[in-house]
Amino acid sequence: MRQFVQGIVENNHQATHLLQILRQIQSRFHYIPEEAIEQLSGLLNIPRTQIISVIEFYSFFHLTRRGRYELLISDSITDHMLGKKDLLGYLENKLAVAVGEVRPDGVVSLDNTSCTGMCDQGPAGLVNGYALTHLDHSSIDKIAELINQQKPLSEWPSELFQVDDNIHKSGLLLNQQLEQGAALKAVLTRGIKETLTEIDKSGLRGRGGAGFKTAMKWQFCSEEQQTERYVVCNADEGEPGTFKDRVLLNTYADQVFEGMTVCAAIIGAKQGFLYLRGEYLHLHDKLQNILEQRRRNGLLGTNILDAGWNFDIEICLGAGAYICGEESALIESLEGKAGIPRNRPPYPVTQGYLGKPTVVNNVETFLAAASIAVNGGDWFASIGTEKSKGTKILSISGDCARPGIYEYPFGVTVQTILHDCGADDVLGVQVGGPSGSFISDQEFERKLAFEDLATGGSFIIFNTSRNILDMVHNFTHFFAHESCGFCTPCRVGTSLLQKQMDKIVEGHGSAGDVVALEELCQLVKNYSHCGLGQTAANPILTTLERYPDLYQNRLKEISYEPGFDLDGALETARRMANRDDAGAHLAQIEVNEHE
Amino acid sequence: MANKIRVATTSLAGCFGCHMSFLDIDERMLQLVEVVEFDRSPLTDIEHCTHCDIGLIEGGVCNSENVHVLREFRNNCKILVAVGACAINGGLPAMRNHIPLEECLNEAYLDGIGVENPQIPSDIELPLLLNQVYPIHEVVKIDYFLPGCPPSADVFWKFLTDLIEGREPSLPYELVHYD
Repeated sequence: MRQFVQGIVENNHQATHLLQILRQIQSRFHYIPEEAIEQLSGLLNIPRTQIISVIEFYSFFHLTRRGRYELLISDSITDHMLGKKDLLGYLENKLAVAVGEVRPDGVVSLDNTSCTGMCDQGPAGLVNGYALTHLDHSSIDKIAELINQQKPLSEWPSELFQVDDNIHKSGLLLNQQLEQGAALKAVLTRGIKETLTEIDKSGLRGRGGAGFKTAMKWQFCSEEQQTERYVVCNADEGEPGTFKDRVLLNTYADQVFEGMTVCAAIIGAKQGFLYLRGEYLHLHDKLQNILEQRRRNGLLGTNILDAGWNFDIEICLGAGAYICGEESALIESLEGKAGIPRNRPPYPVTQGYLGKPTVVNNVETFLAAASIAVNGGDWFASIGTEKSKGTKILSISGDCARPGIYEYPFGVTVQTILHDCGADDVLGVQVGGPSGSFISDQEFERKLAFEDLATGGSFIIFNTSRNILDMVHNFTHFFAHESCGFCTPCRVGTSLLQKQMDKIVEGHGSAGDVVALEELCQLVKNYSHCGLGQTAANPILTTLERYPDLYQNRLKEISYEPGFDLDGALETARRMANRDDAGAHLAQIEVNEHE
Repeated sequence: MANKIRVATTSLAGCFGCHMSFLDIDERMLQLVEVVEFDRSPLTDIEHCTHCDIGLIEGGVCNSENVHVLREFRNNCKILVAVGACAINGGLPAMRNHIPLEECLNEAYLDGIGVENPQIPSDIELPLLLNQVYPIHEVVKIDYFLPGCPPSADVFWKFLTDLIEGREPSLPYELVHYD
C-alpha cells in the first residue's frame, strides 16, 4: 500500500489534488485505510484530521471497507417511479446483502445514492463508480451472476453500461455542431474585446439556474487586479432530474471546451478546470482524449492557434456531494477540501480558486458562448423573451412517453413541453428539481423563462396516479442527506423537516403538526447559509400552498400523537428485565388515563 | 381564594436545577403567591394534578413513568410549558442516546466495575427505561418553551407575569442571550 500511495502522490504532489488522490485509493482498496491517511498527511503536509474530514464529507469515500463490487442504486424520485424499491429488494435477495451493508465475504456492498443523472433511462445505479442504466430483473440476474463469479468490470457486457443521449428536440444550439476550433478562429478574426461585446449583445445568462449575465461576469473577472485567473466549468450536475450536461459532454464536449477557451482568452486565464461529478466517471477517459486531441491540434496548451494564447484544462472528478454544485463549494472541492460554501461576497470573480479571480459557469453556458462567438450576439438574441435570450436545454423525465433532452426557446409554455414529450393525464410538474417548485395542472400556461419559471433544466412530470407526498418525502430526505453540515439552520433544520414530514406521511400527525411544519420551513429557508438550505423547504412549501388538503387529510383528529412508536421504545428494557405486565407497556395515544 | 391561577410543576429526567432557578426569583415569590396557587409540585408535595392553568415541566422523557406524569400534566393543564434544555432537547440525560440501551444497562448492572450480585432490576414497581431520552414535545403537545440551562429566574418571572397579566409571553433578547 505504501508504494501505491507513494506512486500516486508523486504524480499529484499538491494538497489541492487530495480528492483525486483519495479517489484512486478508494478505488484500489475500497476504503481509505488509516495507514494511507497517515502517509498522505506526511507527504502532502496536511493534518490527518483534515484528510479524515474530507473523507467523511464525500459520499464516495469510506473509512471502513466497502465491497470489492460497490453497488449503489440511484434514489431519485424518477428511479422510484420506475420501480426502484422493488428492484432494490430483488437485489438484496439475489446478492444476499442488505442495503447499507457489506456481504460477509467482502465481495459486494449495496447502498443508495443520490440521483445519478440517468433519469431518462432508470432505474439506474453505479458499480465501482460506473453508471448502470435500465436496471430490471434480468439485468440484475446478470449483474449478480457476474459479481458472484467475480468477473472484472472490463469483462462485463457493455449493454449494462449503455448510456443514451435521447435528444428528442434540438434547437439553436444542438442543431449546429461547431467544427473543432471554429469558435477560437472566430475570436481571432473578430478580436477578443469584440467577442465579449457579442456575448454581451446576445444577452446570455448563466444556465445553472441563477441567471447572472455571462458577459458581465467575464468582464468583472477581466478587470480584476490580480492577473492569475481561472476558468471553471461546473459539471457537477447534481440536481435530481437534471442530465443535460451529461449529454452535452458526451456529444458536444469539444464545443464546451472551446467555450472555456474563449472565456480564458477574454479574462486572461491560463488554467481551467472541468469539475465533473463523480457519477459521470464513464465520461472521464473520453473527455481526456478530446483534451489530448485539442492539444495536438493546437487548440489547447501553449501558443494556441499560434496567437500566443496559453491555456490548458484539467478534469477534476467529484466524489458524491450535491453541495459542490454551488460555485464556492465547488471551488473549495477543487482545492482538495470539503465542499462547504464560502461567504459571498467576495464572489469567485474576485476571489475564487486559490483566492484568485475565477469564472465559474455551467456546461451549457460555455456551449452557448462558443456558438455565440461563431454566430454573433444577434443570432442568439433573436430568440427567446425580453429578459431571457436564446434557448434552454431541458432534461425531461417522469411520466411521459419520450423522456430525454429537449431544447426550447425561452418563453415556451409548460403545456407545449408536455405535449411534445407525450405526457398525458398530468397531475403536475416539478420544475427546476427539488430546489425549484411544483406546478399544478392549473398552471400549465406558465412559461419557462427567468421572468416566470427559472430553471436549471430539470423537468419531472407526475401523472395522476402519483402521490405528491411521496415526492415531497423523497426530496426532503434528499436535502437532509445532502446538507453539508456547516450551519445549524440547515444541518438540524433539514433533519427536523425530514422527521416532521415522516410523521405526517406515516399518519402520526395531528392538529398542530402542519403549522409546526410550516414554521420550520420558514426558519430553514430564512436562516440558512447557502442556497441548499434556502431551497430545502421548497418541496414542502410549494405543495402545501397548492394542496393544503393533502396534508390536512393525513392528520388525526386528536390533539397530539408521538411521531415514534412509544411502546416499541420500551422493547429493549422489557426484554432485559424479562417483563410483560401491563405496567411494562405504553399506549401510543392516551385513552384518558384517570388515576 | 378560588380564583387564583393554579400552577403545577414537576421534574422528569432533569436535575431540579430549573426548579432551583425558579426559586431564585427570591422575594418576588411573595408577590407571585398573591395571585398564584401551587398544585402538584415538589414545592407542595401534592402527588397528583387537579385542573390547573399552567404546568411547568423540567427534564426530558427517559422512562415509562415520565410518560405517565407528562400525560397527567397535559390532561390537567391548560398551558403546558417545556422548561430548560432537557425538556426542550433531552439535554444531558440524552447523552446516553448515542449508546444502545442494552449496553447502558449491562454496564450499570452486569459488567461494570464493583457491581455485586449482577442482575437487571425487574419489579413491576420500577418504571422501564425508554430506548432513548426524548424531548417532551415529541410525546405530548407543548405550548411554550423556556430555553436555558437553567432558564434564569428573570425568565421565569417575565414569562409568568406575562401570562398572569394576560399578555402573549415574549422573552427579550437579553434574557435568552448566553455568551
